[in-house]
Formats: sequence, structure tokens, C-alpha cells
Amino acid sequence: MLHEPASQSGPDPASEFKTRLGVWMFLLYCLVYAGFVVINLVSPTTMELTVLWGMNLAVVYGMGLIIFAVILAIVYDFACRRRESALADTPAKGGKQ
Amino acid sequence: MAITAFLIFVAFVLGLSFYLGQRTRTSSGYYAAGGQIHWVVNGVAFAGDYLSAASFLGICGMIAVAGYDGFLYSIGFLAGWIVALFVVAEPMRRLGKYTFTDAVDAKFDSRGIKLAAAISTLIVSIFYLIPQMVGAGVLVEPLLGIPHHWGVIMVGAIVITIVATAGMTSTTWVQFIKGSMLIVFSSILVAAICYRGFTTEPDQGGRVPVHEYATLAATEADSRLTVAEPGWEVVETHEDAAAKAAFAKLARDGRQTWWLISRTDDGVALKETEAVVVAANGTTLINGAPPSAENALRQVGNIEQLRGETDVKSGSISPIELLAGLSDKDTVVKRWKKASFTDADGGKATVYYPTLTRGNVLMRPGLKFKVQGTVLERLDFVSLMLALFLGTAALPHILIRYYTVPSPAAARKSTIVAIIAIGFFYVLTLFMGLGAMINAVINPADSNMAAPLLARSFNSLLFAIISAIAFSTVLGTVAGLIVAASGAVAHDFCDRYLRIPMDDRQKIRAGKLAAFSVGTLAIILGIAFKGMNVSFLVGLAFAVAASANLPAMMMLLFWKRTTAKGIAASIITGVVLSVGLICFSPMMYGQFGLDPTTAPIPFNNPGIVSIPLSFIVLVLVSLSTKNRNSGVAQPA
Repeated sequence: MLHEPASQSGPDPASEFKTRLGVWMFLLYCLVYAGFVVINLVSPTTMELTVLWGMNLAVVYGMGLIIFAVILAIVYDFACRRRESALADTPAKGGKQ
Repeated sequence: MAITAFLIFVAFVLGLSFYLGQRTRTSSGYYAAGGQIHWVVNGVAFAGDYLSAASFLGICGMIAVAGYDGFLYSIGFLAGWIVALFVVAEPMRRLGKYTFTDAVDAKFDSRGIKLAAAISTLIVSIFYLIPQMVGAGVLVEPLLGIPHHWGVIMVGAIVITIVATAGMTSTTWVQFIKGSMLIVFSSILVAAICYRGFTTEPDQGGRVPVHEYATLAATEADSRLTVAEPGWEVVETHEDAAAKAAFAKLARDGRQTWWLISRTDDGVALKETEAVVVAANGTTLINGAPPSAENALRQVGNIEQLRGETDVKSGSISPIELLAGLSDKDTVVKRWKKASFTDADGGKATVYYPTLTRGNVLMRPGLKFKVQGTVLERLDFVSLMLALFLGTAALPHILIRYYTVPSPAAARKSTIVAIIAIGFFYVLTLFMGLGAMINAVINPADSNMAAPLLARSFNSLLFAIISAIAFSTVLGTVAGLIVAASGAVAHDFCDRYLRIPMDDRQKIRAGKLAAFSVGTLAIILGIAFKGMNVSFLVGLAFAVAASANLPAMMMLLFWKRTTAKGIAASIITGVVLSVGLICFSPMMYGQFGLDPTTAPIPFNNPGIVSIPLSFIVLVLVSLSTKNRNSGVAQPA
């Protein structure tokens, strides 16, 4: 006996697009996050450099990681919605790009 | 006023729970709120679920005492949501029913996965529950003036009532209210910090006189210390290897106090400290006198110099000016460190001593996490950042929230709301922590109270509200954890693994019974672990979740050759390795009074070892069992 989801939802033709976009955005964020970790390991004093409005690189990069996550999330949702509505209008085309 | 706000809040959430409880008739309603929560409400409830005592009390406290290093937790905790959104949210919603186990087992129907995932859920939830309960006791103790264990019992009883009445529905609304209030009032607190601005004389709006810590000139010859000023007698000295600091016990007018010995090229000076000494006969002295309302540890933390100036009262400043001013290399902040040792009379002395830190060092990583230290210390930092990044998406109490919305698209949208709300809050943590650091509101013995004490430095009403929110922070997270843990016991183990036949009413009853049992266990552990480091235990939960759950989820979604045995082996490997490595780590040795240098594992954060090994085990076991396993995963 397999277990069914809590509430049923129909097939999602955009799932392939969303999965691929999600993986690329995840890798992009990984790269930026890894950059933060690497700078701290290789050259910690670089983080002291004043880079914007008197704030140092550590503050700007750290805040930037949080803001970048929010921006990526909004862009991802926007792209997913567009694809979902486009495929809803033309169901015969399916989920392929 | 704080007690009134607290009681009103408790009465409100209990009333709401009983009201919603009358409408919970099915197991879907109990475990997943019927899958009908609106995505905006679910998104804010995500924030209410996730922003636990560790986020509000722990991170603010850590920033207040260790500067930027505390903010690393904010960065890592938020980054973890990227994994949740881009990799986990929609596929998990499509696969699962009520729990994490349902999702990883959806394509296999494997008893091995059910058992392993239920155990993993239970262990992660309990490790996460302990610090929340300890935090509850810490919070309620000063707020209501009751002992720690009664605070834990009270919180446990309230949460069990919330969960047992309406399950996920009441839990969701408690988390929604808490998440909203936390963000609104944290914003108000940050606005108040900026309005007050910088001052080198933090008198809390004139309510608390600034204490000028004394410095005494001294001489040292043939290892004999002498105070230049007459009337002072040196009783004993102590070189503390662990703290890399030296202290002197001085006597004057029959009162004995501990002083920091500061040796510089200019000579020797003695700096006033704060000290708690528990004598061999059990009596406690604070700064050489019995504790009383007038004689308690003073709240500490202030700016000594702002951009080279020593007498500063800036008036209101912008948030950017706050960060820029504190990052300046000519800004100097007085922080306080702790040293614990046994004095010559056999008393247990805990000395809190001042240290000056420049802004450029304060506002970058390095004070707590030794990014300029040995290779192992650097690896420890990488390991922590890895566990924080990968742990969030694998926390069972977060995963179950994907099943409370009607569709995968709603799961995605609620995750985006959560990222915006949580991201905004984590930006605020930096300002709240730094605000506490420079406004003389840190209790040197317990940094966890930095945010509530900062609120009290403005006015009593804000303190009352922030304390009620801090309490609701514990309630919301503990409720989510108990739902997750009760799901693991009643749904995953009893219903699906043991296959005990139950109708819908019996399933709800089993869930409530499990919630009561897990809640009772949490109360016992919360009392037993009193005094244990809250952030440390939360870090442990993240490491276990990232090691045990994430490899199984990722490979299930992205590797077609994944088998049931591979997933079960990976989960067990992750749990055993991460818990085992932490049990033998230096920090755990220190917690249990052993010498940390003798710990067989040389680092504290296990993720860098346990996460890759869990992936490797999954791949190897899957490859070796693929022909014997009928339930090979299909693409998500």
C-alpha cells in the first residue's frame, strides 16, 4: 500500500522546468555562499575592507547573502508562475521547453 | 506588566486551541491541518516555526558577546531556506502525506525506511526540543519569579494542551501570531536602538547610573604582586590557562573581590571585574558580598571610543551609520569574557572580566570561530556553515508544514513568504545584538536575555511585549516539534511500520497520546539539561538533520538508482555518525566536565564528515542492492 499525498493535486506540466531552474539557482547561490566561506578562510582580514557607505565587506557580503536569497526566491516564483500560466493556457504543449 | 502581557498571551492561545480543537475531526486535520492553510498564513507560520529561541534569544545574545560571529548563524540559517525552496519544497509536497517519512518512503513502501526515518525524526526533534525547553525555563524564571523546573513544566503543559487539542491547526495559528508579532516588535526595537544612537555613557535613558569600573596601579617583583594604592591587600593570584588571563583576589574593608591582572609595556594594572564565588560551604558571594536586590551582577557592554572619540552622545542615527560606526578601526568596544576556576579556599569562582575590541575585528568573523586558527579550527568553521546551509531543509518540523497547504505551488509560495519574513528578521538580529552590545544590557552570566533586557532599557511596556513574544517563540517552535515527533511515533511507527489497525478517530487519539508522551519527555530533558548551551544543542539538531535526512531526500529526487535499502542505510549512517562525532567532540567533553583536549574527535561540528559519508553510503548500498530491490525510485 503506497501512501497518498494529504490533498490531491493534478499533474504539473511545469515541474521539469521548475526543477531545472531550481537546481541552477541553487548552484548559483551555493557559489556565492561558498565565496563568503572561502574569503573568510583564505583572507579573513579582507572582510575588514570598507566597501559601501562605511560598512565593511563582512557586513555587506553577509547582508547581501540574505538579500540575494530573497531576490532569487522572488525571481524563481515569478518564473514559475509565468511558466505555469503559459502551460495552463496551452496544455497540449506539456512541460517541455 | 510583563506578567500581565504573558498571561493574556497564554489565555489567548489556549482559547484559540480549544476553539480550533472542536473542528478537528480527521487525522488529516490533526497532522496536516487538512491541507487547507492559505499560503500566506503558512509562510508566516513557517517563520514562527523556524525562528526559535535559538534565533531570537541565542543569536542576539551571541552577537552581543561575540560580534559578527553570531551573525554567521543568521546567514547560515537563512541560506538553508534556499535549499528548501529550490530543491525540496514542491517535490516533497507532491510525495508526502503527513510526515518526512511519508515523503522518502512514497515510492518504496519499505519498512526499513519507515523505521529509520521515524527514528531520525524523533532524534532530531528531541535534540531540538531540549534547548527550547531549557530556554523556556531561562525565560520564565526571571519573568514570573518561579524556579527553572516549574517554568519548564508550565511551558510543557501549555504546549501539550495546544497540540493535543487541535494538532497542526492550532499549532499553525500560534506560529502565525508569534511570527507576525516577532517581526513587528523586533522592527520597533531596532528603530528604538537607532533613535537612541551611540553613547559612551549608556545609562538606559537615565534609569541606570553608569558604573565606572576602577583600575588600580600595581607592581610585580619576584612573582609578588603589590597594589600601589594603600588599603588594598593581595590575597591570592590565579593564572588561568584556559582563559589565557591572570586574576588577583584583593581584600579591602573586609570585602574580597577579583581583579584582572593586565600586564603591558607600561607596567601592571588591575582592572575591576565582576565575580560570583560559591564557597566550599555552599554560600554564594557576588563581588564579595551576599546577593541581594542591590548586589547583583551589573549589566555590561559599552562603547569606549567611537571613531577615536571618547565622549560621545550622537543622538539618532540611521541603521547604516550604526553598522559603519561600529566597523571603524578606531572604534573600541568593551566586551566581557568569562573564566571559571577553583580559588585557594576551594570556592568555585566565576570571573567576568573586560576586554577591549576594535571595530574592524568585532565586525568580521574570528572572535568565536577561529578563521585564522589551525587547520582543524578552520575546518570546524566550514563544517558549521555546511550544516547550517543543509540542515534547514531537512528539519522534520519544517518539512511537515509543506503538507498543510493545498498544492505544491502553494508550498513554493509559502516558502517564499517564509524567506522574506525570516530574511528580514535575521537582518534585524544584527542590529538587536549590536544594540545590546553597546547599551550595557548584557547579563554577563546569561547572554540569552540580551534582547529582552535591551527592550527593558527603553521602557517596561516594550519589555513586557518582547518577553511575551520570546515566550511565544518557545511555544510556537515546541508545538511544531511535538507535532513532528508525535507524527513519527503515532503515524510513522505505530500506523505504518507496525501496521496497527486504526480508524481515523483512533489515529487522532494515538497522535494526542504520542504528543503527551513526547511533551512529557521534553519536560524531563528540559529540566535535566538546565544550564546547557542552547545554541550548541540547536547546532547538533541541524547537523543530525543535514546528515541523516538531506542525503536521502536529495538522492531520492535526483538519482534514479536510489534504492530503499540505500535510503535506510544513509539515514542510519547520518544519525549514528553525527551524534557519535558530537558525543566525542571537545565541546561535549567540556560540557561534562572532562578535559576538552583529550576528546578523541578534534572538532565540534560533525557535518563536514557525516554529510558526505551519508551520501557515499547511500550510493554504495543503492548500487549493491539495485537488482534485488523492486522499488527503485522514479524521477520526481
